[in-house]
Amino acid sequence: MTTTTTRPSATEPTTPIGRSSDYLDNRTGIGHAVKEFARKVFPDHWSFLLGEIALYSFVVLLITGTFLTMFFVPSMSLSTYHGAPKTMDGLLMSDAFASTLRMSFEVRGGLLMRQIHHWAALVFMASIVTHMMRVFFTGAFRRPREFNWLIGFTLLLTGLLAGFTGYSLPDDVLSGNGLAIANGVVKSIPVIGSYMSYFIFGGDFPGEQIIPRLFTLHILLIPAIILALVALHLMFVVVHKHTQYPGGGRKDGNVVGFPLFPVYTAKAGGFFFVVFAVLSLMGATMAINTVWNYGPYDPSPISAGAQPDWYMLFLEGSLRLMPGQAEFVSWGDFTWSLNVLVPAVLPVLLLIGFALYPFIEAKVTHDDREHHVLDRPRNRPTRTGIGMAFLAFFVILAFAGSNDLIAIHFHLSINEITWFFRVFVFVGPWFAFWITKRICLGLQRKDRELVLHGHETGRIVRFASGEYIEVHRPLDEQERWVRVNYTAHQPLELPAPNGPKGTKDKAYKSAKRWAKLSRFFYEDRIEPVTPAELAASHSHGEHDALPGGEDHALVAPDHSVDATEQSH
Amino acid sequence: MSKTTDVTVPHPEGDLEHFQDPGIPEHRHRMADTDPKADKRAERQVVVLFTISVIGTIVALWAYFAIRPDGTTAGVRTSTMVLGLAIFFALAGIGVGAIHWAKTLMSDHEVVEDRHATRSPDDVREIAVQKLADGIKDSGIGRRGVLKGVVVSALALFPLTIAVPLISSVGGDWNVGTFRTTLWKKGTRLTYDPTGRPIKASDVTIGSAVHVIPEVTDEYRQSGEWISEKAKALVLMVRLDPRDFKPFAKGKENWTYDGIIAFSKICTHVGCPVALYEQQTHHLLCPCHQSTFDVADGAKVVFGPAKRPLPQLPITVDSEGYLVAQDGFDEPIGPSYWERLR
Repeated sequence: MTTTTTRPSATEPTTPIGRSSDYLDNRTGIGHAVKEFARKVFPDHWSFLLGEIALYSFVVLLITGTFLTMFFVPSMSLSTYHGAPKTMDGLLMSDAFASTLRMSFEVRGGLLMRQIHHWAALVFMASIVTHMMRVFFTGAFRRPREFNWLIGFTLLLTGLLAGFTGYSLPDDVLSGNGLAIANGVVKSIPVIGSYMSYFIFGGDFPGEQIIPRLFTLHILLIPAIILALVALHLMFVVVHKHTQYPGGGRKDGNVVGFPLFPVYTAKAGGFFFVVFAVLSLMGATMAINTVWNYGPYDPSPISAGAQPDWYMLFLEGSLRLMPGQAEFVSWGDFTWSLNVLVPAVLPVLLLIGFALYPFIEAKVTHDDREHHVLDRPRNRPTRTGIGMAFLAFFVILAFAGSNDLIAIHFHLSINEITWFFRVFVFVGPWFAFWITKRICLGLQRKDRELVLHGHETGRIVRFASGEYIEVHRPLDEQERWVRVNYTAHQPLELPAPNGPKGTKDKAYKSAKRWAKLSRFFYEDRIEPVTPAELAASHSHGEHDALPGGEDHALVAPDHSVDATEQSH
Repeated sequence: MSKTTDVTVPHPEGDLEHFQDPGIPEHRHRMADTDPKADKRAERQVVVLFTISVIGTIVALWAYFAIRPDGTTAGVRTSTMVLGLAIFFALAGIGVGAIHWAKTLMSDHEVVEDRHATRSPDDVREIAVQKLADGIKDSGIGRRGVLKGVVVSALALFPLTIAVPLISSVGGDWNVGTFRTTLWKKGTRLTYDPTGRPIKASDVTIGSAVHVIPEVTDEYRQSGEWISEKAKALVLMVRLDPRDFKPFAKGKENWTYDGIIAFSKICTHVGCPVALYEQQTHHLLCPCHQSTFDVADGAKVVFGPAKRPLPQLPITVDSEGYLVAQDGFDEPIGPSYWERLR
């Protein structure tokens, strides 16, 4: 089969671009892809940029990381260093540390690349976390995107690993102590802990193998996994098409936005350069991980106020909070280091539980349809509350991981701060849940109020009768639609038990538990305003501005504003 | 939209219960859409932004060649700053320029595209299932039970050929018994960390804290092995007024020398060096997780996440007045592990 027989003469290319496109398409069939994707529509919102920041900072990590590998020597062989800076001259250090100094002080632009790389890693994790928050609070994880939520969650964990393995490479005092802590945590694992420690370090800590091993993980295995997951993540974004915020004309059956080419090519492509530019600015102006101030790894020295990178702070915090009494020796003289194991494992287990949230919510909502229009967080008070509770838990742990800095800066007793956090880590999330849910319900009521009575204009009018009222301007239909277009889910109905009371019925018991959980989710709810309610409210004209309960009763006898929150 | 049974369009019509979707908001014209001057101005701005990028690149190249490292921290900082700022302008010019172009000059009319349900349509599913069934039939896998079993076993077992050698090699000699041993033994001199100079008991003043390593040869202190041994053998030694000590534990009455007492410096929590000594309270504080140990009371834990006291090194002086170990540690140092007491 030759091209001349398959090519219709009508599209015979004449221009240079046409000829090269023809050449390319004959060999790749790229025309299909261009037809499919060139004008693909993406919705617009600032919060959709968070995931983009994560993607772009990952690209920056790959670019700067490649630069760094050219000069880094992943070896723990010791030699005496001669070179800049003066404070390090003549010290015995590993090749890893020496090459980190050389790439900082002798390779022009080397320090800049190191600093951009480190900042990009911090921003990468921060944008993943905020992107996850956006996805969670807007319910973007609902069908059909549950798998993509899990892929994103796995990316968060691999990002943590990438950060930890990279941070440890320079073989300086700080990162060495970080590895010492990791070793202590690994040793606390029952039965196999000691062997896991040997597995990781190839012998007694720190040994002479850990840096080359971390290097291979950091520059090959983990980036490859991240890259594969990112590809899968983006593929699903294309398959599902992007979610959109509620608004006029936005339905689960359509996507409203701008075409990929040229608008998003310019905007998203431009945004990559903006992210790279900001990271360069940070790398240029803000010193980070100045390893020559810490010195080469030596098990002896340590400084107070040493924190890990921010995304590891929650683990540091939980290690600090756990009281030592949890360690015990069991029958058979086996040591259970629960004072280390519990704080290291519990937050990770909680994170994994969090990853399963979409499935739990679908079950208690009895919701199995596709969603492409996002929720406004206020319209899902319990979900928003749960999200804030999780966030509070990890933020409190992160602060607990900085308890020594808090003590120094605010002249407080470290013991009292630690005790405060030991209590607050349990009370805080509960409080965050409660107050967030209340705020959401309040905002929903405010929405109802606005829809029913319109905006306050500040114009006071006096009637001939002497009565004063404030004129309210009704919402336009776009404003109103945003506030009424949602579903206030109801708790699941409890099915009737099979058989008489007292008989064992596992299915019924399980259904009962789910119904109970469902009640926790949806017993407090605010229904959206219906046209009937709005009409009833309007028929009473300007009376809406008058205070007094009797008026409300007149406005909407069945669904008065105060009565719509139905509680059990 | 077709065959999208799962994507329900809520409230297609307004009724008493549901409001009607008002549709896509009316398009608002931008200045550049209606005013040719604004259009020209926006174009000029984009041109300026991309020009800034070109200048940034030129400055970055100039900075690379012109600013040479002079080996000082300040010199490296200057080079980093100039090069980084130039790169910032080179990148930001492109980024901001492209976004400004898109926002002011490209079409901002919203486009609507239909979505289709993610699930494949029923006919596609039917064909897919049929194809799989055909394949299964072709392979005859359903009838050949033994074959199936062997294939599954072979595939499940072969990764062991890689995994077993890998796992069994990465752990070195797997002799986790080394956790118990340190360089300290009967008669080992206590020396200053990091110089390795022996310590005379008379040189240690009351209230001072000394970081101690066991005496080894200078060559050994240049080896990688030393770092791992040092990580276990570190000792922190303090001298108290002997009257400040709480009664010693049974069997440890003679482990100190004239108020000088020595403990392992490796925290019993997760193994950080317990390096901060508070003279007034006789407390040792681990800067990592704030475990606090009372030196006057056998290094018992008074606060924090550690459970056990720091192991004590029994010490005395030799004939020349230098401090020496009476013996090694009588328990494994550092963080707890499963078979610690076995």
